Amino acid sequence: MSNLSRDDVAHVAMLARIQLEDSELDRLAGQLDQIVDWVGQVNEVAAADVPPMSHPLPLVNVTRPDEVRPSLTAEQALANAPDPEDGRFGVPRILDEE
Amino acid sequence: MNAATRATAGTAPTVPYEELLTRYEPVVGLEVHVELSTATKMFCGCATGFGAEPNTQTCPVCLGMPGALPVVNATAVESAVRIGLALNCRIAEWCRFARKNYFYPDMPKNFQTSQYDEPIAFDGWVDVEVPANEAGGEAFTFRVEIERAHMEEDTGKSTHVGGTTGRIHGADYSVVDYNRAGIPLIEIVTRPITGAGERAPEVARAYVSTLRDLMRALDVSDVRMEQGSMRCDANVSLMPTGSTTLGMRTETKNVNSLRSVERAVRYEMTRHAAVLDAGQAILQETRHWHEDTGITTSGRPKSDADDYRYFPEPDLVPVAPSREDVERLRATLPENPAERRRRLQDAWGFTDLEMRDVVNAGAVEVIEETVAAGASPAAARKWWTGVLARRANTDGVAVTELGVTPAHVAELDGLVTSGRLNDSMARQVLDGVVAGEGAPAQVADARGLELVQDDGALQAAVDKVVAANPDVAEKIRGGKVQAVGALIGQVMKQMRGQADAAKARELILTTLGVEG
Repeated sequence: MSNLSRDDVAHVAMLARIQLEDSELDRLAGQLDQIVDWVGQVNEVAAADVPPMSHPLPLVNVTRPDEVRPSLTAEQALANAPDPEDGRFGVPRILDEE
Repeated sequence: MNAATRATAGTAPTVPYEELLTRYEPVVGLEVHVELSTATKMFCGCATGFGAEPNTQTCPVCLGMPGALPVVNATAVESAVRIGLALNCRIAEWCRFARKNYFYPDMPKNFQTSQYDEPIAFDGWVDVEVPANEAGGEAFTFRVEIERAHMEEDTGKSTHVGGTTGRIHGADYSVVDYNRAGIPLIEIVTRPITGAGERAPEVARAYVSTLRDLMRALDVSDVRMEQGSMRCDANVSLMPTGSTTLGMRTETKNVNSLRSVERAVRYEMTRHAAVLDAGQAILQETRHWHEDTGITTSGRPKSDADDYRYFPEPDLVPVAPSREDVERLRATLPENPAERRRRLQDAWGFTDLEMRDVVNAGAVEVIEETVAAGASPAAARKWWTGVLARRANTDGVAVTELGVTPAHVAELDGLVTSGRLNDSMARQVLDGVVAGEGAPAQVADARGLELVQDDGALQAAVDKVVAANPDVAEKIRGGKVQAVGALIGQVMKQMRGQADAAKARELILTTLGVEG
């Protein structure tokens, strides 16, 4: 049985860059706990000899030849960018000032 | 603070290198990223050429647009397997890609597609030849164990705007070019290198140098450290002599020349020793290497934010190289570069010093081809490590990128040995070849460079010079044969340089009735 704490939720929220109010942390901790428990039921039916699966398709080695295909133009690539500058994507300041 | 500790303004205290070795044992770990020279990116068909206009080599996949599906580059996987085999690794029978999640604008997807606990190659080793050093340390071979080599993708290139330094600190905002995002990378990670003692920094350098040679021989990467197609991060820690418990390590980033690898490891050792001597703990952090000042500065501490939440990449199916494919690729491995160098040095009769010049000039292959095209090894070495290496250095390109081929050099050597050109003419011809004027014989024709074969003209010049210098002529007749040099110079001047100096010497001596 899982038991997600409020701190766990706060940590995950920080990693995902989602700002949560204190009241939301309590509510989400409970809800996420339920979700983890629910998914965890799979463990009850999967025996130890069933390896975890990461993909529903029984395929391996799907590759493409090393041949150049057309790229987008810079205009196309930047069409939805809010702050393009000289053909580049403008992004907010990366480091917070200390 | 320990008496041996010294601190200058703005820099961390350090302990003299020789002294720290009496108390501490260094442990080094190296992570080297090699950018593959495939035509296309790791997961999409965008071109990988260096220097294109920003964001002209991008597509929905490498820009991380919703719904875009990556597909693995078959050649990149083959290169990864070949690199693994060359490093004596085991090759995974089945492995997956994983998402490394982090927020940083150099990856538009907010994750980097990498490999986590299932690298394509693992458990290898490479023997590293450490040259003799100036302090009298002898050359030796050291085995570096390889923990893993895995596939991943490169990030975009950020330019920081505002502030005064162009650095990320103090910038107002940044702009990003994603042409590099998605270019295949192989990350090669060593096991902790212990037991190298005072030679640890040299082992680190020699290891990176060996990797560079191997990648060149495999022809999988340009491995140009100055252009970033090979990059090194150096982990350094110290443990008290006699201990077997690893100390806390720091990871120094951006160590991007062979010389810097050695200097950065050495510097971190002296800095760690000062911290430990003062009874303090090493902070686990990344450090930035400064090539100009030869020191590292604190980057950022490892923190909760380094929780990358790796999980298997759901958009890519596993890579499972068949054993037949692995053996097929093993058969394509080149001769080990170190053994090959020894074999060629023997065959060519070069001294250790000459061979080192050849290797440093990146001229082993071209000399081999030049000799195969008919030139003598000595002549091939002379041209490639002399005029051509200097020219390449000035132009900031590889010696192979001057537009001069081994066939050209062999042809030039032929023109010299057949007596058509002398040395200085040959240099002029080479200039013409570099300038794109054509093959050597063509350039010589076009520039009118040819030794005067007319013995009558040469004899006339000799007679004139001898007549004009009776005192020198008398000395030579009297047995001072070395004085002939002054006359040869004048004859060559008369001939406007277009004569064979050896022939001029012979004629002068014959004219004076002296045996050369």
